[in-house]
Amino acid sequence: MKIKNINVSEILKPTFWKITSVIIVIVGLFSTYFRFTQGLGATTNLQDTVPWGLWIGFDFIGVGLAAAGFTIAATVHIFNMHKYEPLVRPAILTAFLGYSVVVCLLVVDLGRPEHFYHPLYMWNIHSVMFEITWCLICYSTVLLLEFAPVVLEKFNIKAPIKILKAISIPVVIIGVLFSTLHQSSFGSLYLIVPGKLHPLWYSSLLPVHFYVSCIAAGLSMIIFESFLIARGLTKEEGFQNTGLKMNILSGAAFAVLIALIAGLLLKIYDFIDSGKLYLLTIPSTETYLFYLEILLGTIAPIYLLSHKKLRENKKWLYITSICVISGLILNRINVSITGLAASSGVSYFPSFDEISITLMLIVLAIFAFRLVAKNFAVFITEEHEHSVSEKDIAKTKPITIS
Amino acid sequence: MLKEKGILFDVTLCIGCGSCYDACKEANNLPKTSEDFLKDHLSDNTFNVIEQYDDLYARKMCMHCNEPACESVCLVGAITKTSTGAVVYDADKCIGCRYCMQACPHKIPRYEWGTTTPRIRKCNMCAERVSNGLIPACAESCPNEATLYGDMDQLIAIAKRRLQENPDKYYQHIYGLEEAGGGHVLVLSPVPFEQLGYIPELPKESMPEFTKRAMEKIPSVVVGGGIFLGGMYWLTKRKNQIAKEERSKNEN
Repeated sequence: MKIKNINVSEILKPTFWKITSVIIVIVGLFSTYFRFTQGLGATTNLQDTVPWGLWIGFDFIGVGLAAAGFTIAATVHIFNMHKYEPLVRPAILTAFLGYSVVVCLLVVDLGRPEHFYHPLYMWNIHSVMFEITWCLICYSTVLLLEFAPVVLEKFNIKAPIKILKAISIPVVIIGVLFSTLHQSSFGSLYLIVPGKLHPLWYSSLLPVHFYVSCIAAGLSMIIFESFLIARGLTKEEGFQNTGLKMNILSGAAFAVLIALIAGLLLKIYDFIDSGKLYLLTIPSTETYLFYLEILLGTIAPIYLLSHKKLRENKKWLYITSICVISGLILNRINVSITGLAASSGVSYFPSFDEISITLMLIVLAIFAFRLVAKNFAVFITEEHEHSVSEKDIAKTKPITIS
Repeated sequence: MLKEKGILFDVTLCIGCGSCYDACKEANNLPKTSEDFLKDHLSDNTFNVIEQYDDLYARKMCMHCNEPACESVCLVGAITKTSTGAVVYDADKCIGCRYCMQACPHKIPRYEWGTTTPRIRKCNMCAERVSNGLIPACAESCPNEATLYGDMDQLIAIAKRRLQENPDKYYQHIYGLEEAGGGHVLVLSPVPFEQLGYIPELPKESMPEFTKRAMEKIPSVVVGGGIFLGGMYWLTKRKNQIAKEERSKNEN
């Protein structure tokens, strides 16, 4: 299939976001070049006492926010709630791009990136990192399989779609299992540092906390994304059917509410069970950050979402989703960076190169999302999903870039 | 099979001469990193330091844990324990994730941040020298027998005897015997160990235990989760089908 219909003047028309994106990507490329030619010491603020920084922290955030890939797939395909069908493809695409960013950052972060393939045949099954690596590999494959029909549809290749449809339920189940394992294992990574991670966050239940919080935040991310797209992109090609369907989003928000309450109860149980309640009265930076994380990411959204009126109100739902996402970001940063700062004895702030490479990957992921959404049937209605295999394929438009 | 070997360091005997510091540098071909060895700190070019606390001197180095956290977390198995008990590192396997640095309860591993082919750097209890029939350079160079190298059981017996025979001279604790599950470096001191910069209140169980408890649950999560999801799929599908049939029946 040829790439045609590219409107060069349209692509080159400068807008604020285009210019910003291009600058971020160019600066990021320079930083990437320096990272690989100068080494980690020259380009990051990592040091012996702070071996993990922004990149690892962002990996936790990226994976957490991509959790809707498995929760929505399970809701629709396992729990057969077909009302949420229109969210499946955007969620899987978001997850896939999120994981791509995470994998890129992991490789950038590796001291010996040229050895990245070693875990494939050098095994230490006792390592949480080993488990996470394999889950990431397997789950990325699952996401590819889940998204493949969308691409194949476009090019009217029907045979593999039939096979993919036949194995789709086992694939979804495997995807949910792998997600459950690695989402929680990101928390397990820190089980081995009881003396280093601040007790406000250290807990033998860390894996469960990570798992429950990613469910709420992943769904919030999809709600947030729906709002962004509905606000800015609905008129663009490929973004038809992206008008807000409030009944779907309110339903997802109700699931967020349940996950948040479960997370809060778990936290309360954890604090009482391990006798940590006194920590909440000790004034320290960590305590304030913990309060901020809980109030912003859990208590406020629970309060807002528990009102049916607010849950069905566009503005409040948008605000709530931002709260929950911020809560997860704060939590992951607290666990991976600030919660360890006291024991490391030094303060860490990411370097320019660390920030610019991270920003570059975010911009590239957003660009890729738009590109894919423009060219493939990502945003579909429920009816479209069921009729697509028959006749809609022939009418698909050529690939467009901008 | 070789006997498990270890190091016993007695703070009361250390005169802070720096022989072990120099010998370690020489044995590992490490460049000079400081004008004053007492002010140096562990780094990619320093595996052994002597810290001064008033008139006492404390050595800091890899504790060669019995069940090392670093070994358990290394996803490619670049860190292993030799038959003598030394914790050694293979740079050819390492991918540079630095989880070992994060996991070490004693905060020992250091990294070569300055190169594009960095390695983890730390004491390996002179594994090469020992395999050639020598003893670790630090123990060999010590003029006052403050650092002893030998069989673990003998070292533990010596340490216990010293504590027993001179209860006034020693703080009654062998640091490293039980800390983080115990290791192959034991320390005796006249004062509580946190006063000499040793990390206090480490758990007595080995660090990998903390992870193991969670990792053990993985098989049941997979099996239980698989059954649950499969069951839910079947149930909800059946429910939808029945609802559909009901609806068409009602329409008719």
